Amino acid sequence: MPASSSNTGLRIDLAGLAARHPAAPREAPPALRPLTLSIAAGEQVAVIGPSGAGKTTLLQAIACALKPSAGHLQLDGEDPWSLPVAKLQRLRGLLFLAPQTPPLPPRQRTITSLLAARLPRQSLWTSLRSLVYPVGIAEAGAALERFDLGEKLWTRVDRLSGGERQRVGLARALLSPARLWLVDEPLSALDPTRAAMAIDTLTGAARERGVTLVATLHQVDVAVARFPRIIGLRDGELAFDLPGPAVTREHLLRLYAQHEHELAGAPPPAPEAVTPVPRTVVCR
Amino acid sequence: MSSVTLRAAPALRDPAWAGRVFWMLAALALLAPMLWATEFKPWILFEPAGLRSTLRFVGEFFPPKLDAEFLQLIAYETWRTIAIATCGMVLALVLAIPLTLAATAVLSVSALPGRMHAGPFLLRQAVRWLLILLRSVPELVWALVFVRVVGLGPAAGVLAIALTYSGMLGKVYAEILESGETHPTTALLRNGSGRLQAFFYGLLPANTLELTSYTVYRWECAIRSSAVLGFVGAGGLGQQLITSLRMFNGAEVSTILLVFIALVWLADWVSAKLREVLA
Repeated sequence: MPASSSNTGLRIDLAGLAARHPAAPREAPPALRPLTLSIAAGEQVAVIGPSGAGKTTLLQAIACALKPSAGHLQLDGEDPWSLPVAKLQRLRGLLFLAPQTPPLPPRQRTITSLLAARLPRQSLWTSLRSLVYPVGIAEAGAALERFDLGEKLWTRVDRLSGGERQRVGLARALLSPARLWLVDEPLSALDPTRAAMAIDTLTGAARERGVTLVATLHQVDVAVARFPRIIGLRDGELAFDLPGPAVTREHLLRLYAQHEHELAGAPPPAPEAVTPVPRTVVCR
Repeated sequence: MSSVTLRAAPALRDPAWAGRVFWMLAALALLAPMLWATEFKPWILFEPAGLRSTLRFVGEFFPPKLDAEFLQLIAYETWRTIAIATCGMVLALVLAIPLTLAATAVLSVSALPGRMHAGPFLLRQAVRWLLILLRSVPELVWALVFVRVVGLGPAAGVLAIALTYSGMLGKVYAEILESGETHPTTALLRNGSGRLQAFFYGLLPANTLELTSYTVYRWECAIRSSAVLGFVGAGGLGQQLITSLRMFNGAEVSTILLVFIALVWLADWVSAKLREVLA
């Protein structure tokens, strides 16, 4: 595979890519209408838009978690869906999809949850040995420390708060061998200070490694301030695709028309498991 | 706003009520012929002739036989019973674990984007059929078969328990794994982990408690089951029990039953302790 040998981020090309949720009824409009765009290797992109705009669907389609209902996806010039299952699974090792609800087993310790991110590049034997005595304690500790959670390395996941869990989920990205990070609502359970720190850590680490980063965000101010490129989605369609500084108040008002409360900084409550943390973000 | 004025008043009758009544009546209609088929006549229990002989037999239960020689024999047979149940369970696990992993749909890589591919689907179906086959033959039948192959003794009991229980364990393990929290597991698979890695890092930690308590419960069942297997000569306490029953020796029977109660209590205690440790 060309991607695994190169040490830079993955390039993403969508050609008329549409996607629908597998459980959605046939007559329902697709969550994502045909979309054509490219994201260069190492680029950092924020996807914004009101709830139900298809942001998560877009991430899942790029992550090969969802088969496109029309059009094509190319990762580094290769169509993942033309690959046999085993090769596709190897390609998935180059992608890191962080769902909004951190996928951490409650009775697992943080260290194990973190080290699980390294599984795609690990032999079965090493990963079993790591369950007996963790392999890579220092790396896991360092990744967690970057999210200011170093002291929670040996704590069980169910003893962590919702915000801490979310940061553990993000710290996983730093340990994964992926060349493309797809992060869904990384800040939904964080207070503004923590949110700023978390997004800086994420974008900083992605830049250091040359990893491509695509994040969906409800915090429009954070997105515009920290991401060089903003993609606005509305009703499954591309509303705009602009460099961060070029996004104006008018763009945002049009994007969030009839959803102004979300623009004002009150994202809809995150789905289950994320303990709500009082947040008072004011968008400009 | 028009949408407000047009909205109908909320219905004050439970719309599910008719369905609920229907299904209750349907269940009764299905149960009635079953009572007839099983010749369910509880009043026979209280007919004087039968009652007298039953009470005489039960009366002999007290006091239980507790002389040293008999207790020594029972201790040895208890040990053999535990050994039969444990070895049977270990063998059953050796068979059931790979079958469970093969049968669990959550661990399917091809099913990640929606539908499972035909090949893996057929394989999973085949494994499920194998599990049905293994558990639909009662362990008593397996024991009768194996008594002919390996001769009278505990080995036949061990093999019989291993086969039937692997079918039960495989089925229920797969169901436990699929009904629990699968989000961490699919996330790992989506990020490129192997199936076994996803099992050990996602599925297993999410279901340890349920799997443990079911396994210990099955071990308890295996102990009881070894009693029945003893009846056909597969060794252990059961063989002793059938001998005492045939001789209508109530005192011996009650001693053996007390041992069974103690064993079941032990299994219960082990299960509680394990859950405490793992919780």
